[in-house]
Amino acid sequence: MLFSEHSPLKAGWIEADRRQFLVGAAASTGGLLIGFGVPTTVASAAKKSATPNPFSAYVQIGTDSKVTVFSSQMDKGQGAYHGLATLVVEELGADWSQINVVGASGNPALYGNPVWGGVAQGTGGSTSIAGGFDRYRMAGAAAREMLVQAAAKSWGVSAKDIKVEKGKINHASGKSAAFGELAAEAAKLPVPQKVALKKPEEWTEIGDPQRRRFDTGPKTNGTHTFTIDVKLPGMLTAVIAHGPTFGAQVKSFDPAETKKVRGVRDVVQIATGVAVVADHMWAAIKGREALKVEWDESGSEKRSSTDIMNAYKAAAAKAPKAVARKDGDAAKAMASADKVVEATYEFPYLAHAAMEPLNAVVHKNDDGMVEVWGGHQIPDVYQFIAAKITGLKPDKIKMNVMTTGGSFGRRAVADGDVVAEAVMVAKAIGYKAPVKVQWTREDDMTGGRYRPAYVHKLRAGLDDQGNIVAWENHVVGQSIVAGTPFEQALVQKGIDKTSIEGSDNVPYAIPNVSVGLTTTDVKVPVLWWRAVGSTHTAYAVESFMDEVAAAAGKDPYEFRMAMLGKHPRHAGVLKLAAEKAGWGKPLPKGRFHGIAVHESFSSYVAHVAEISIEDGEAKVHKVTVAVDCGVVVNPDVVRAQIEGGTGFGVGSILGEEITLDQGRVEQVNYDAYTPLRIDAMPDIEVHMVPSTERPTGVGEPGVPSIGPAIANAYAAATGNRVRALPFSKSVGGA
Amino acid sequence: MTYTLKINGESKTLDVDGDMPLLWAIRDFAGMTGTKFGCGVAQCGACTIHVDGSPTRSCQFRVEDADGVEITTIEGLSGDVASTVQKVWTEMDVPQCGYCQSGQVMAAVALLTENKKPSNNDIDAALSGNLCRCATYHRIRAGIHEAARQLEA
Repeated sequence: MLFSEHSPLKAGWIEADRRQFLVGAAASTGGLLIGFGVPTTVASAAKKSATPNPFSAYVQIGTDSKVTVFSSQMDKGQGAYHGLATLVVEELGADWSQINVVGASGNPALYGNPVWGGVAQGTGGSTSIAGGFDRYRMAGAAAREMLVQAAAKSWGVSAKDIKVEKGKINHASGKSAAFGELAAEAAKLPVPQKVALKKPEEWTEIGDPQRRRFDTGPKTNGTHTFTIDVKLPGMLTAVIAHGPTFGAQVKSFDPAETKKVRGVRDVVQIATGVAVVADHMWAAIKGREALKVEWDESGSEKRSSTDIMNAYKAAAAKAPKAVARKDGDAAKAMASADKVVEATYEFPYLAHAAMEPLNAVVHKNDDGMVEVWGGHQIPDVYQFIAAKITGLKPDKIKMNVMTTGGSFGRRAVADGDVVAEAVMVAKAIGYKAPVKVQWTREDDMTGGRYRPAYVHKLRAGLDDQGNIVAWENHVVGQSIVAGTPFEQALVQKGIDKTSIEGSDNVPYAIPNVSVGLTTTDVKVPVLWWRAVGSTHTAYAVESFMDEVAAAAGKDPYEFRMAMLGKHPRHAGVLKLAAEKAGWGKPLPKGRFHGIAVHESFSSYVAHVAEISIEDGEAKVHKVTVAVDCGVVVNPDVVRAQIEGGTGFGVGSILGEEITLDQGRVEQVNYDAYTPLRIDAMPDIEVHMVPSTERPTGVGEPGVPSIGPAIANAYAAATGNRVRALPFSKSVGGA
Repeated sequence: MTYTLKINGESKTLDVDGDMPLLWAIRDFAGMTGTKFGCGVAQCGACTIHVDGSPTRSCQFRVEDADGVEITTIEGLSGDVASTVQKVWTEMDVPQCGYCQSGQVMAAVALLTENKKPSNNDIDAALSGNLCRCATYHRIRAGIHEAARQLEA
């Protein structure tokens, strides 16, 4: 369940290799720009090439004219495959009917995430399009140029009279060839050192609002293959018995009854628990029910979440342990302010609760290669972990990156988590058969790696004109990256950027700002959760901004706009959302508006929520969203991500919470942990700001500002502020 | 023990325990993986199949109780309603990750078979048991309305 300090997983091999693992990081304005190193063993296994041949690296064109795009980015529903394919189709001149996309891995020199410094492959931080924008356009353009050259040579004509359009290579004379006819010749040509990319006014694919995803069909008829659907000859299925508390270790176990269950093959201990290996899932589940395990819980987290939250509130009232931002002298300005507003906000642990419960499949081939199937968000890291567990060199490990049934950050875990478990189980049974480790919903829900609980204390000082002269924000909570190989990159001077992003970069023109962080020590494993720090900082900052506007007697929209003069992209989305929603205009009786704006991952989003109060609870009817993500590559995918992110945010704010009773997680399935359902989904209108800026992400930025927009509408309706989430705990809802 | 199940019009004889949920019989023994495991306790709808035409959670329906019933999985869907729903789902790009969508499609087809012109409330009532963590609900609703329109035309 948890790789505690006593676990060999953390104390041993990962720690020992940390130094060669990371080289450093830089924080960009707002979003995180992380520089990774990779294990030298993995890096040296990569075939470095200054100019990668697009035919082998990113695009493959078959003699059947099929175009296969090798995606550096894992697709968990956000549309990364379609997005990268769009870039290739645009520049290559392919037709969509030719296109297939597969997950790439095993070569950080080719697939390293450029936004993370380019050395390690990874999907996260809403970086897929930002990182792939040049790489996949260049690959498409280079491949097109090579096809053109091959045609020119074959036909004895000038290359400048050849065009590639909709999957055909055409010459002015009327000569024409399919890609497949020239692919073999083209692949032999030298890779052009310089290729001209299309100008934005020449784009026909990028920005096309009518284009739909190429990969939807199989998702409507059950033929799309997820990790849970991987089936190999003789494959076994394992479930793992994990401890009842975070940090519990196996003391002893009795497999006698388990072995009597028909279909159970092996019962083996691994570092994280006891694995029941069976012919099929039902036998594994029944076998685990029959298993007796004694746990050593002496090192476990035993507190309840109420205890933890009370400790956080006490800490929030004291001075922060580390300072994240200091402009002017907030304390002095606060002391001489005309009016001081103060509030404390509480945020619970949250589960990712993706629909496909965690899983991975491992098989050692006859040639000694170990293959690992899974939704690998960080395949190079997992390859390294698998190498350590198996004792093989990384180049003997092949990572098969599958598309997954959601993730929301859950499949990027520094210690490998379920991927490591699957490799450990395969090793424990002597690699005698392929094995799938499949977590149940209960395993997934109680398995930790939550969005950390946080407390925010905020204070603002107003002058006699109602202007903010001082702003203080103290954030208290666990660090996501402490104790992981990411710590060195992401924690600087005691500040974990993932705890404080969204608070330390408050955009409003305030002369005296003080933002501090107190990092807590709790053994509940925590992780990035869709939009990471902004999931709580946006709610705290934007709810409190409304409270301050009310104290100043000003309209919350006008109040914000007046302080955003130096931040035109914040102001741009705020204005657009307000206009489209009809901010300030009369609403039907019983309806109320709330507004909020936030930047995350270098994208800018503003939400206006329209709510009513039904049986004392907030009912969200309509949401108007404005987004500025630079150049929009796929308008309908942007729309889908903002719709989905908004729904994800509505659900979490209204009704999601993980609580602990004496260290035990109280919500074990979807009956108690309650993501949004269709009956609570509002109507959503998404508006995009036209932009020529480089594209940024949309997977996460739709989440942060819907929460405070709802809270602000709720306050407009009732006069009450919701300062402890979720709403269902404070006021009812969900 | 062997049981004979009628799945998508074909009889399949499986050597399994009677308490095995249809979900695992369909996935691990009948070899059809379109029906998904999401929660195991009938809370998410990812495993929705049709039993004698009614949407049913296969994780809570035992093999030993399936004697004589007609089981339809996503692989066996057929007819105008099903093909229209699947076409509209593609035209409107309803799915994101797609994991819950077999269940959503099964529920939507069952609804439209019973109710030719469902209101938003009808849709919410019929599909509130089908979780979508990507929150594609906005498009599911619009997709059902559009499928109803196309079926009427």
